[in-house]
Amino acid sequence: MNDMTLTERNVDIKDIKIAASNVQVHYGETHAIKDVNVSIEDKTVTAFIGPSGCGKSTFLRCLNRMNDTIQTCSVKGNILLDGEDIYDKRVDVVQLRAKVGMVFQKPNPFPKSIYDNVAYGPKIHGMARGKSELDEIVEKALRRAAIWEEVKDRLNAPGTGLSGGQQQRLCIARAVATEPEVLLMDEPCSALDPIATAQVEELIDELRQRFSVVIVTHSMQQAARVSQKTAFFHLGSLVEFGETGQIFTNPNDPRTESYITGRIG
Amino acid sequence: MKTSLDRHSGGSLLMQSTRTKRRNAAETRFKLYGIAAIAVSLLMLMVLLTTIVSKGLGAYQQTFITLQVELLEKKLDKKGNRNLTDIKKVSTFGYAPLIKASITETVEELGIVTGLKAKQMAGILSKGAAAQLRDYVIANPGRIGDTVQFRFLATSRVDGYLKGRVSRSSIENDKSIAPEHLDLVDSLIEAGLIEKTFNIDFIIGADASDQRPEAAGMGVSILGSLSMVLVVLALALPIGVGASIYLEEFAPKNWVTDVIEVNISNLAAVPSIVFGILGLAVFINYMHLPMSAPLVGGLVLTLMTLPTIIISTRAALSAVPPSIRDAALGVGASPMQTVFHHVLPLAAPGILTGTIIGLAQALGETAPLLLIGMVGFVASNAPDSIASGLLSPNSAMPAQIYEWAKRADPAFYERAWGGIILLLLFLVSMNLVAVILRRRFERRW
Repeated sequence: MNDMTLTERNVDIKDIKIAASNVQVHYGETHAIKDVNVSIEDKTVTAFIGPSGCGKSTFLRCLNRMNDTIQTCSVKGNILLDGEDIYDKRVDVVQLRAKVGMVFQKPNPFPKSIYDNVAYGPKIHGMARGKSELDEIVEKALRRAAIWEEVKDRLNAPGTGLSGGQQQRLCIARAVATEPEVLLMDEPCSALDPIATAQVEELIDELRQRFSVVIVTHSMQQAARVSQKTAFFHLGSLVEFGETGQIFTNPNDPRTESYITGRIG
Repeated sequence: MKTSLDRHSGGSLLMQSTRTKRRNAAETRFKLYGIAAIAVSLLMLMVLLTTIVSKGLGAYQQTFITLQVELLEKKLDKKGNRNLTDIKKVSTFGYAPLIKASITETVEELGIVTGLKAKQMAGILSKGAAAQLRDYVIANPGRIGDTVQFRFLATSRVDGYLKGRVSRSSIENDKSIAPEHLDLVDSLIEAGLIEKTFNIDFIIGADASDQRPEAAGMGVSILGSLSMVLVVLALALPIGVGASIYLEEFAPKNWVTDVIEVNISNLAAVPSIVFGILGLAVFINYMHLPMSAPLVGGLVLTLMTLPTIIISTRAALSAVPPSIRDAALGVGASPMQTVFHHVLPLAAPGILTGTIIGLAQALGETAPLLLIGMVGFVASNAPDSIASGLLSPNSAMPAQIYEWAKRADPAFYERAWGGIILLLLFLVSMNLVAVILRRRFERRW
């Protein structure tokens, strides 16, 4: 682990974008997330790692309230986005999700054209005042997702006709088109081949300039490559949270060490 | 050293073991059962279709008799002033002598020898001939005094004679026709005055009384069926799709929605006559909507079709992958935007198919119509407006077929089969539309 190349670390203190404290999640009888405290910094990539079923995806979905769609799911505790409780009764989830975008594990483009896929979010949020403005937003989002060159000649082709890696980058373009402040990525590369993975990872690093990115991943190498902060989840608890370099080279908790060296998982 | 034979201790791959043989035999048997089942159903279908076509095709042809009728002024317009109110005072009885005179003259001209009297000779014409003449005169009073050529319907007996249903031996006990009539018909056929041609009135005309099967048509009951289907479409589609969207996408999953779900599934299995008696009690007895009206029929059929539409719509909605909902919610679409922008378009082919199947079911339903009085003799002509089409008494295609099938005259029996052909054509074309729409809207994801 020591000889693994790590991205440069920002040690200077940054703004806290999301502050989660004492978060408990229940699925009916199951206690899925136990008392998690995490602070996610602005313009930083935070990786959630941990074995399957440890609750990292569940916790990620709490951050933009995607868990609301699951009836049996209940969330307790505080999650503050810029100091505002996102589970406050006055919060409209639609506004929240415009601020906190999400990319899913499986590429899920709408069965519409590439253009419509990206333009959908800006359209429903009223971000463009005309066709030309919308065109600009779409082009910018596709460029940011590093897929513009590949699709610029076939914007009217169906998004579902792209390859897996292209589809995922299209989904990223769709997520960044609404100018979110935080981008949540739930195992964005699990369905991709190594080349597409490398492209997405490169992309994540670029996105860090503008957004706060939270990424759930099964690949520890990926976490080490793209993130500045890493959180290790195990059996629903947050075991350790800190600088990525420190987690991978000098973990405090024996469980973290066991996991990253491959003894549990 | 092992020989190659030793290595086959588990049995050679080139030989089938007993187990494998039995398994393969079972598989072959199963395939044969399948083929046999398909063959039997195809055979049944063929028998059904050939029976329907062979018995019903006759209804689309009708025997007509061409006659020159002199519209005598002294009979039709005694005052000679072409005043319509005066002309209308002459009833169909006043027109009968003109027809008698015409047929007598024709027979004499052709030199046909017959033992029949003029009145008897007129018996080969439909009882509606005089009415046809009167309608013409009222529409064209200017032609009074002229000699005009008419194509009259032959009676169902003569029509049956030309179609092979009636023969000299079969009419021995028939009071309304005698062998002499058939001789006369033979002579007229030779003279080219009687011919059997395609009869559009069967498709567009109204039903006729028991005495005149030759004049009965499906047209008005087709209009009745179409207005009912319109009512069903206008009510069942929005209500059914709305209910399904709410239940599937918005309603909390608790015991209340469970009970609703079970009830909807049970409603789909309720016999249609139950919906009929419900319609009678609620729409007619309680709400006092007009009896026998397509509006009431449509309401009853809506109740009957709703479960079908709800069940198929819910199935179509739940077949849309959840990842699409996640994607839409993830970019900040509201639940309603998610449903209407993404889920509904993807579910549309399924919803359309379900709706059209429901409509086809409604179109072919007879039992509930019996109870709200939509079965019976409706001699009225086509309704003049959409409102009267919905509110005035009417029949429906299957009810009309049932009505004809229970009448005594075998000529009606032929018309019932003919009506079934029309009904099947409607159903097949609706299913075809369903298939085409499905193909067109189907999208991959």
